[in-house]
Amino acid sequence: MTADVHQLAKMLHELDDQMVACMKCGLCQAVCPVFAETMNEGDVARGKIALLENLSHEMIKDPEGVQDKLNMCLLCGSCAANCPSGVKVLDIFLKARVIVNTYMGLPTVKKVIFQGLLTKPALFNSVLDVASKFQGVFTKTANDVIGSSCSRIVNAPVIGERHFMPLAPKPLRKLEPTRNTRPGKSGYRVAFFPGCVIDKIYPRVGQAVLKALTHHEVGIYMPSGQACCGIPALASGDKESFDKLVKRNLEVFEKENFDYLLTACATCTATMHELWPLMSGDKTQSMQDRIAAMSAKVMDVNQFMVDVLKVAMPVEGHGAKITYHDPCHLKKSMKVFEQPRQLLKTNPNVEFVEMADADRCCGCGGSFNLQHYKVSKDIGTQKRDNIVASGAQIVATGCPACMMQISDMLSQNKDNVAVKHVMEIYAETL
Amino acid sequence: MISTSLLTEFKTLLGKDNVLDSESDRHSYSYDAAVLDAVIPELVLRPTNSEQLGRTVALCNENKLPMTVRGAGTNLSGGTIPTKEHGVVILTNGLNKILEINEQDLYAVVQPGAVTAKFAAEVAKRGLFYPPDPGSQAVSTLGGNVAENAGGLRGLKYGVTKDYVMGVNFWNAEGEYIKSGGKTVKCVTGLNIAQLMVGSEGTLGVFDEIILKLVPPPVASKAMLAEFDDIAKASETVAAIIANKIVPCTLELLDNATINYVEDFTKAGLPRDAAAILLIEVDGGHIALVEDDAQKVLDICKKHGAKRVQMAKDAAEKNKLWEARRNALPALARARPTTVLEDATVPRSQIPAMITAINNIGAKYKLQIGTFGHAGDGNLHPTILTDRRDKEEFHRVEQAVDEIFDVALSLGGTLSGEHGIGTAKSKWLEKETSKATIIYSRRLKKAVDPNYLLNPGKIIGG
Repeated sequence: MTADVHQLAKMLHELDDQMVACMKCGLCQAVCPVFAETMNEGDVARGKIALLENLSHEMIKDPEGVQDKLNMCLLCGSCAANCPSGVKVLDIFLKARVIVNTYMGLPTVKKVIFQGLLTKPALFNSVLDVASKFQGVFTKTANDVIGSSCSRIVNAPVIGERHFMPLAPKPLRKLEPTRNTRPGKSGYRVAFFPGCVIDKIYPRVGQAVLKALTHHEVGIYMPSGQACCGIPALASGDKESFDKLVKRNLEVFEKENFDYLLTACATCTATMHELWPLMSGDKTQSMQDRIAAMSAKVMDVNQFMVDVLKVAMPVEGHGAKITYHDPCHLKKSMKVFEQPRQLLKTNPNVEFVEMADADRCCGCGGSFNLQHYKVSKDIGTQKRDNIVASGAQIVATGCPACMMQISDMLSQNKDNVAVKHVMEIYAETL
Repeated sequence: MISTSLLTEFKTLLGKDNVLDSESDRHSYSYDAAVLDAVIPELVLRPTNSEQLGRTVALCNENKLPMTVRGAGTNLSGGTIPTKEHGVVILTNGLNKILEINEQDLYAVVQPGAVTAKFAAEVAKRGLFYPPDPGSQAVSTLGGNVAENAGGLRGLKYGVTKDYVMGVNFWNAEGEYIKSGGKTVKCVTGLNIAQLMVGSEGTLGVFDEIILKLVPPPVASKAMLAEFDDIAKASETVAAIIANKIVPCTLELLDNATINYVEDFTKAGLPRDAAAILLIEVDGGHIALVEDDAQKVLDICKKHGAKRVQMAKDAAEKNKLWEARRNALPALARARPTTVLEDATVPRSQIPAMITAINNIGAKYKLQIGTFGHAGDGNLHPTILTDRRDKEEFHRVEQAVDEIFDVALSLGGTLSGEHGIGTAKSKWLEKETSKATIIYSRRLKKAVDPNYLLNPGKIIGG
């Protein structure tokens, strides 16, 4: 056992150069949404880095305790965005999760999901297609405006008290045929990566994107056989599954040429743009080059509309008030925050209002929501309060994972606020 | 070792979520922002009301457990690093309420864990002003500010934390309640114990409630940035501004090294060849007065050899001028892995001598040092950029720090303007004061804390 911990410590040394940059000033406490709830130093970036350092110096005997703290993180990147010494906190945490997981092993449930299902897109898709037909047996509609569901039974497994978004009757890939079209007068050709949540829960967002791209005569490559971007596996430290998913997507998208690889999911965009190259250090040079080339093309769809197509012509809006929530992976990771707001202002039927703390994390954090629902909900409730206080009847955002979390919070509070993707609002004008 | 029965007693008192004894939790409270070795506490406790706090202190005392109170753990002198044997950390973040903001009588009552910036914002919402603004204010706690006598950028005109403490109610080592000061401007009842608590770094009592003075805010301000090709000219300018009876609310200096680090980082177009820049802001109760003062300051800058002076026309321009100062620490911190931030302070007339000495020390020990800080009050931050993993280089850093303190003292200055003594600087204390001063202080501590359990070893050693 001791020899093993020694091995783990050695692997963590790899992160030493990045961790030593943390000067322990503690300013991350001001912005960490998890710390705001728990007030525990081990839950904030400075504390986690100190724990990893002590683990790597073999001052800590119990790696499981450190792993628990590592998992108590939304990976929202608020700390990194506000760090005076520029510590690459997300890089450190993701790599540390991979290292600690390699040492501790993956829990069985995650093994089944990531290695047995997620890395096999055809199987994953067919399982969820079947599930979408039977979900009404166990669940009922909770809120018509939001379109959420809740469990018919009390204390249901996994669902619990959640008001979740049901699987769409038909996923995007069944509603829309694959595309491989030439550019029209825009002159651009893009690949479109809908991502799991848009495909299975919010196909309407994918349809809005396709409508807008078609309207502007952008050539579209949307192939079948796309796999998950890999973030759920990576966040759980399963680098092997992550690598498989990256490779699979590369193979699918390398078949054709295009200018940009667009997604309408902030998390997919940040993963493909930032984390694919970051985690490719152990690959062959040619594989690294392929990943770098593909990553460089990845762009958020809002950014493409505004910065590349330059479509945004603000108009004076009247009608329903609309507000915008900044997904962490758009604002803090990709520095995209003006463009979605500009797109919303192109719709004459809505009036844009800012909410307080628009860039504060919604608390979803992917599997964080599954593991730490209470903290996730406490953080989400603050987001809900800010949305309601803004007086908006619609909240728009740029990430389907945020949409799910915000829908849950609003629905549980019986708020009649619709939750939309920015592209849905924009596509309405076309 | 802490007995199981005592652990149970703490859990019954505080609730089990507020008794942190796992290995990973204990390691999370073993350090603060000082570049010092971590010490792992045996137990971490979080009282959530006044009675729990008092009872916690009493229990620690009965069981001879040394107590270190911790707010946000941002201090730069090791004051919140626990004691080696059986150290207990008492967290104040469960006691973070603002209890009262009194707009008629201009005071506020807070619990020790209230966060400085949140408090200042609440005060501002009511049209009042709490001036102390330490660099860590976004997270630092008012209890910590009082315990360290924290300063900040506004020190010259508005003073530091001690100038705003009207009263401190606290638990003594035995867990008995001690009251000092009050809510009135005038109060001479009993010994001035409240001011004894200021800067005591947790060695004399455990704060429960703090009464703070509030003031009306300035209504107008003007900022300007002046460049100098000679640091002596910048210093003469500072002296001349004050000699002309103008007290700027901010008078910050960046030396040539810092200017270059900031420019490397921001590419904002700062003058790389300037010996120093001064960021000067004047404020006051009437815009005409403020503009008048600003014009006078501008003339003084030019008269004393400023190469260029930029005056901000509006809030956006003011914000831009501040960027260089705001980025000083981030730029320095990014240059090398370890940042040793000192705060040796000299009479303001000695700033040129001090900066020359710092640069000579940097050259002698082959170290990168950038100096910035509060020129108006002589509180400089020589910042040594290093890598603590390089033992040989870090040894040179320690030698350089020794010399910096020697120079500061020889110029009539002090070891620490605002960061505190903690364990980081206690070995130099006698040099600045005297053996008798330390013995006097230790006797004082022994009298109120006979078991030596309140943050022992800090400031006065022993």
